[in-house]
Amino acid sequence: MNHHPTIKPSTDVRAFAQSHFRTLRPGTPFQPRIDALGLKQDWYNWAGYRAPHSLWDEELEYFAIRSQAALFDISPMTKYQIEGPDAEAYLDRLTLRDVTRLKPGRVHYTAWCDDEGFVLDDGTLFRLSPTRFRLCSQERHLPWLLDSAIGYEVSVAEETEAVAGLALQGPTSFAVLRDAGFAGVERLKVFDLAEFAHDGGTVTISRTGFTGDLGYELFVPADKALSLWDRLMAAGELRGIRAIGYTALNRARLEAGLIVANADFTTSEHAIRADRLRMPDEIGLGFMIDPDKGHFNGRRAILEARAKKKLRHVLVGLEIEGNIPAEHAIVYYRKSREVGLVSAAMWSPMAKRNIALASLQRPYGDTIVDDLWVEIYAMRELQYQKLMKKAKVVPRPFIKLDRRTANPPADF
Amino acid sequence: MTSSDLNWDAIVIGGGHNGLVAAATLAKSGRKVLLLEAGNEIGGAARTEEFAPGFRVSAVAHLLNRLHPDVVKTLELEHHGLRIERGDFVPSVALSKDGPLVLHGAYGEVLTGASASEQSAWKELRAQLLRYAGVLKPFLSRRPPDLGNISLAETMGLGQTALALKRLGKEDMRDFLRVLLMNVYDLLDEQLSDDRLKGLLAFDATLGSHLGPRSPTSLLGLYYRLAGEIGGLAGAQMQPKGGMGAIVAAIRAAAEKAGVSIRPASPVARVIVEKGRAAGVVTRSGETLRARTVVSAINPATTILDLVGPREVDTGFVRKMKNIRMRGDAAKLHLALDRPPQFTGLDAAGHKGRLVIAPSPDHVERAFNPSKYGEFSPEPVMEITLPSLVDPSLAPSRACVLSAVVQYAPYALREGWTAGKPRFLRAIMAQLEAHAPGIGATVRHAELLTPADIEARYRMPGGHWHHGELQADQMLMSRPVSGWSGYDTPLEGLFLAGAGSHPGGGISGAPGLNAARRIIAMRA
Repeated sequence: MNHHPTIKPSTDVRAFAQSHFRTLRPGTPFQPRIDALGLKQDWYNWAGYRAPHSLWDEELEYFAIRSQAALFDISPMTKYQIEGPDAEAYLDRLTLRDVTRLKPGRVHYTAWCDDEGFVLDDGTLFRLSPTRFRLCSQERHLPWLLDSAIGYEVSVAEETEAVAGLALQGPTSFAVLRDAGFAGVERLKVFDLAEFAHDGGTVTISRTGFTGDLGYELFVPADKALSLWDRLMAAGELRGIRAIGYTALNRARLEAGLIVANADFTTSEHAIRADRLRMPDEIGLGFMIDPDKGHFNGRRAILEARAKKKLRHVLVGLEIEGNIPAEHAIVYYRKSREVGLVSAAMWSPMAKRNIALASLQRPYGDTIVDDLWVEIYAMRELQYQKLMKKAKVVPRPFIKLDRRTANPPADF
Repeated sequence: MTSSDLNWDAIVIGGGHNGLVAAATLAKSGRKVLLLEAGNEIGGAARTEEFAPGFRVSAVAHLLNRLHPDVVKTLELEHHGLRIERGDFVPSVALSKDGPLVLHGAYGEVLTGASASEQSAWKELRAQLLRYAGVLKPFLSRRPPDLGNISLAETMGLGQTALALKRLGKEDMRDFLRVLLMNVYDLLDEQLSDDRLKGLLAFDATLGSHLGPRSPTSLLGLYYRLAGEIGGLAGAQMQPKGGMGAIVAAIRAAAEKAGVSIRPASPVARVIVEKGRAAGVVTRSGETLRARTVVSAINPATTILDLVGPREVDTGFVRKMKNIRMRGDAAKLHLALDRPPQFTGLDAAGHKGRLVIAPSPDHVERAFNPSKYGEFSPEPVMEITLPSLVDPSLAPSRACVLSAVVQYAPYALREGWTAGKPRFLRAIMAQLEAHAPGIGATVRHAELLTPADIEARYRMPGGHWHHGELQADQMLMSRPVSGWSGYDTPLEGLFLAGAGSHPGGGISGAPGLNAARRIIAMRA
């Protein structure tokens, strides 16, 4: 048969249905404000969203965190609502830390593993009520979270799109919130959270962040996002509030010694090569493991690796001589034996030190910490200058700011 | 909850034949063993049961063709009432309107009823099948190799298989690898021409699995059958006197002699887990029984998901357990007959055999097709035995018992088994009537066990007698789930010993024996 179906000319409905391709990456609920401030048009892909590397000036954005108040859109962060009578037991089995000790109104940093004890992701767990939690993470995990719910009376739903998030970080962040009228925010201690009235609804504010500085994170329903942004910007005008991009935040987090999934370690569902998988003890998260709590995913494998000394890597903080950042430099023992790689590095304006995070193969970085070197390729007018610099294993965080934990928070 | 003062070295959950073998083997190693059976009688699907007044029959398994020689030896079953004699071997008969075709001795050492050319073709194919099954045999009996952590003994075991392969010679080895994952239909087409013989082999390859002869890998089922032996002869089969319950009685006697305490009517409610270790069980009556080792010879998924609970194991493991495919596709028919039936063209000796209605591979394939869509076969294929001809005590005098495994009967019948069962029974009876005219009028009582009935009565999820489809992806290192094929589990002190574990179902005792050996080797 030579019958061809007629191709009808495109109708408006059809064009509308296909218009998604005109938006290369979706924005967050704050996008109208960020676009207006995004002078550099320097975007990157954060979990499928268009997010700014930098809006106007990397250096000044960084110093907004350390000297003023920086506003950073964390809406693309993956968020799950976990609710039900078994929510606590469910999360206690899912994640490494003891959730039975996380009180309502508190937040903790945690991580979760697969059966082999390899880290699937790290993130923050917010206990909103005895039976309601929010889990924030880098990667998406819904199938894993749902399969983990077998046998529990609990519901798990992704709320990444429905909930907008902002990080307000920096010495004046408390004053900005107070001036914005969030009465009682001064009572929040580090890792506390509470709900506050906003625009006919509520905003959840926690004294948390990714900068090692005094700071807060705010979560609102997506439709209240812009009014929250405007409220903070108006209140913060005289306190130096500035919107920032990820580059600035990334520096602050490195100074605070915090790791980023798939930057400082490869999450187990992303790793293709068997030796890229990491157990919590291999990326500095061993402190989360509580062998005395109930069963948790990966427990058997983790305890076995500890007992049989099968841990092969260690994540360390390094202080490197000189002032050239050692980003992605190879780490050597006695200048000759390759023992690891730097995953993040910078000259720290706060610490006044050349700092780095590195993954080393044990025993280097574990029992052998002397005579470590990094090889930095410094580009000097189209020629690499190879620098072999001494590296010292140092404790993290690289900076410790009293204002982060001070109670009540200081009014700058 | 009461707490028992008694402390056991090992508690075995499930008194099917594998549980009994595991318990007996452990007790013989000096361990104090308690066996808990949920039902009032032990034996599981290998019981002999009365289904009508005066009529007794082997419950699910009705033919003995793979009781592992190591089980017989280790438990000295011959001292406990097991009798296996060459004279007890029964033939396989392909029933057909064109006259029956009979495989005598151990899976057709002699073939009658076929043309001379077919006989010689069969001789060659049979030798080849047994040769190839022989290569797989060690794999299909021992503990599967532990890929992550291979031991010297396992390496040597693999080496032996490599040697066996090499001994095949180059051409044969190539052919072995060529046909390994083939479907049985195409292989039969290559070598045989008689539809009756091909139908029988197609039926045997797919018996007990959700496969048709044309389904990829269906040949493996035939290898699995031929990797079994009885009385030292691969492919031989017998109808035990007293039914399968007599085999269970022998294993039970061995277990009791070894000191196993057997408690029927003691269903287990849960396995006690303490810090990642199984520490005992709590019975449904609330009794706490503690032991260093807990051996579960019931379904693997039931063990982990119901008795242990998902909370005590990792998510990935729960996922794997939930994904085990185990929806049975076979029904069991028991008929109480006024007198022995007469199958057309079959002599008296033939009637004592295994009678197969599977006239051609196409017929088997067509019978399979509807089951993919939740419907039973309108013209089912089946394997029939008349156990009372071998052991008259199973039926009142002059009466007869008929026992048949009938395919295909999907566990999740779309119309539901309440409505479907009488219709399926009529379809089965029509087949029987065609081959044994007048049989219908002699039926005093009929009992049809659908997979749903088998599930409820014998605690076999999905009514699947292998406790998990026996297909390539659920065999060997992947049985019951990948990463945990060695009878141990993520819980220290908890072991799996049932048909759901490698090598699989059938009255072999191999999973039970292997599990016990593993426990003894681990000094658990």
